[in-house]
Amino acid sequence: MYRYFLAKIGQSVLLLFGVIVLVFFMVRLTGDPASLMMSRNASPEQMEAFRERMGFNRPVYVQFADFFTGALVGDFGNSLHFKSPALPLVLERLPATVQLAVVGLLIAMFIGIPLGLLGGFQPGSAIDSIGRGLALLGQSIPNFWLALIMILFFAVRLGWFPSFGRDRWDSVIMPAFVLGLPTLGQLVRLTRSAVLEIRSADFIRTAYSKGLEPRVIYAKHVFRNVAIPLVSVIGVQFGYMLGGSIYIESIFAWPGMGQLLEQAIGWRDFPLVQAIAVFTSVVVLALNIFTDLAYAIIDPRIRYGS
Amino acid sequence: MPTILEVNNLVTRFYTLDGVVHAVNGVSFHLEEGETLAIVGESGSGKSVTMMSILGLIPSPPGKIESGEAYLYDGYERRDLLKMSDAELREIRGGQIGFVFQDPISSLNPVLTIGEQIAESLVRHLGLSREEARDRTIELLDLVGIPDPKARYRNYPHQFSGGMRQRVMIAIAIACGPKIVIADEPTTALDVTIQAQIVELFLRLQKELGMAIIWITHDLAVVSGLADRVLVMYGGRVAEVAPVDDLYEQPRHPYTVGLLGALPRLDSRESRRLVSIQGAPPDLLIPLKHCPFAWRCEYAFDRCWEEIPTLQPAGLNRKVACFYDLERGKPRHD
Repeated sequence: MYRYFLAKIGQSVLLLFGVIVLVFFMVRLTGDPASLMMSRNASPEQMEAFRERMGFNRPVYVQFADFFTGALVGDFGNSLHFKSPALPLVLERLPATVQLAVVGLLIAMFIGIPLGLLGGFQPGSAIDSIGRGLALLGQSIPNFWLALIMILFFAVRLGWFPSFGRDRWDSVIMPAFVLGLPTLGQLVRLTRSAVLEIRSADFIRTAYSKGLEPRVIYAKHVFRNVAIPLVSVIGVQFGYMLGGSIYIESIFAWPGMGQLLEQAIGWRDFPLVQAIAVFTSVVVLALNIFTDLAYAIIDPRIRYGS
Repeated sequence: MPTILEVNNLVTRFYTLDGVVHAVNGVSFHLEEGETLAIVGESGSGKSVTMMSILGLIPSPPGKIESGEAYLYDGYERRDLLKMSDAELREIRGGQIGFVFQDPISSLNPVLTIGEQIAESLVRHLGLSREEARDRTIELLDLVGIPDPKARYRNYPHQFSGGMRQRVMIAIAIACGPKIVIADEPTTALDVTIQAQIVELFLRLQKELGMAIIWITHDLAVVSGLADRVLVMYGGRVAEVAPVDDLYEQPRHPYTVGLLGALPRLDSRESRRLVSIQGAPPDLLIPLKHCPFAWRCEYAFDRCWEEIPTLQPAGLNRKVACFYDLERGKPRHD
């Protein structure tokens, strides 16, 4: 198992290197990063001074070495807009994004998994139809549209929730629901199909042949096996959510990384964009490693290698 | 020996989208204490469905037990398994009747330790504590011939070979000291050398524990060294039942003759073609009004196409469902 994890960590490090390379060259695709970052009205003298200040007039490999060593210690340079180091600005926004992602994931899990289980235990029942309907909606409704409709209905018309911001405890509910809905749909469908598959497995017949109560069979024999595919999907989805959702954070004016990214792009604040891109990758890769770890804990075939 | 299980006129059907599958059509047999009864027949002959029906293990829907009785004897008392509630049947399953299934790879839960999978049965039926169940499980693993049982208790199914997994299945089946063990093709998925070990293990356990065994198989070769009596099934009905030696020496049903003819023999001196039975087994979607074997039978005559033969006594301890008397070479009169 240690070898398995060393391999996973090695892969992640390689991927991270790839991300840093991409992020570095992203702003140099047009040849001159200065023209990308400066306003169109800047004079040639201002441009030259900017190149000088940012070090863009040095050879590319020197710039890359500089960027790479900086990235390793978390130094992505100063934000052009805020005139202060980029990474702390990102970290400042992290709690809001984490809060949104965690609440969104919890909503998805606490509604999606029970609905999927009930649907799988009783396919064709009313609860199964509700679950499948919700799954279809969750996976097909565009989230920016749903966000606007929810603001219109629940915030403006009914006044149940605040329409934007993060200053009340219930501010998180609407954006988290919109963020979690596609995952909720996916969890309903995945749980349902996994239950249907597992409950007709030979080892479930063995469990019945031992005279176990159906309750025990479902809780112990079925659910442990259903949990395996769920863990991987939850891990991947949580990664997406933590990556910051630009639409949802912007629409709800949620002060997270997604909103910051949207603003940074608008400001052409590339050091900040680069910091967000690299940081998000680190988060997603770390999460993938945790997912694999969780996977190994519940699936002995991975833990002991087969 | 006293009877321990008696099945009368069991009828099981499956109501599928393609139509009604007549899987078991009036099967009757009995099992005596401590004996081994082999149920032989080709795929779809209803041998597994018969046993699953008795213990409420057929998926329902689509499966439905239409009629019949299945008495489980306890001394002079008998109870009809088919009339029991789910809760009562759960007491029987794993407690008084153990199961071993065909494929030991898919029949064990991949995410639970094998110790846990044996111990949960002990906790359920014998009311043992976790520690007692653990100790007993280690004894059981030892009993079925798994080396180093204490360490193996904590292992998962994928850490065992096929033969060892089948030993684990057997340990589950015998865990609570059942009176009957139903083994559904327990050696089919295993290598030939392992098959022999598993057969030997069953024989040894039967000697030590004294349970009756119902051995479901399509392999007559395994049966000869193992069974006391053989029940031959065809098209969801019993074709013939006889003590094992009598059956081999003097089969009384043309289907049994065909089965034995299709058996490769190593001891015959002249080179011999393997004879297969011509034709295909009956389509169970169509309810029959004649002998299900008639169109494959070289002895079939007009009566065979007019009614269904019932199981009739034919010699000591044996019964056959056939209108043709193979012994005398002419139609039977009754």
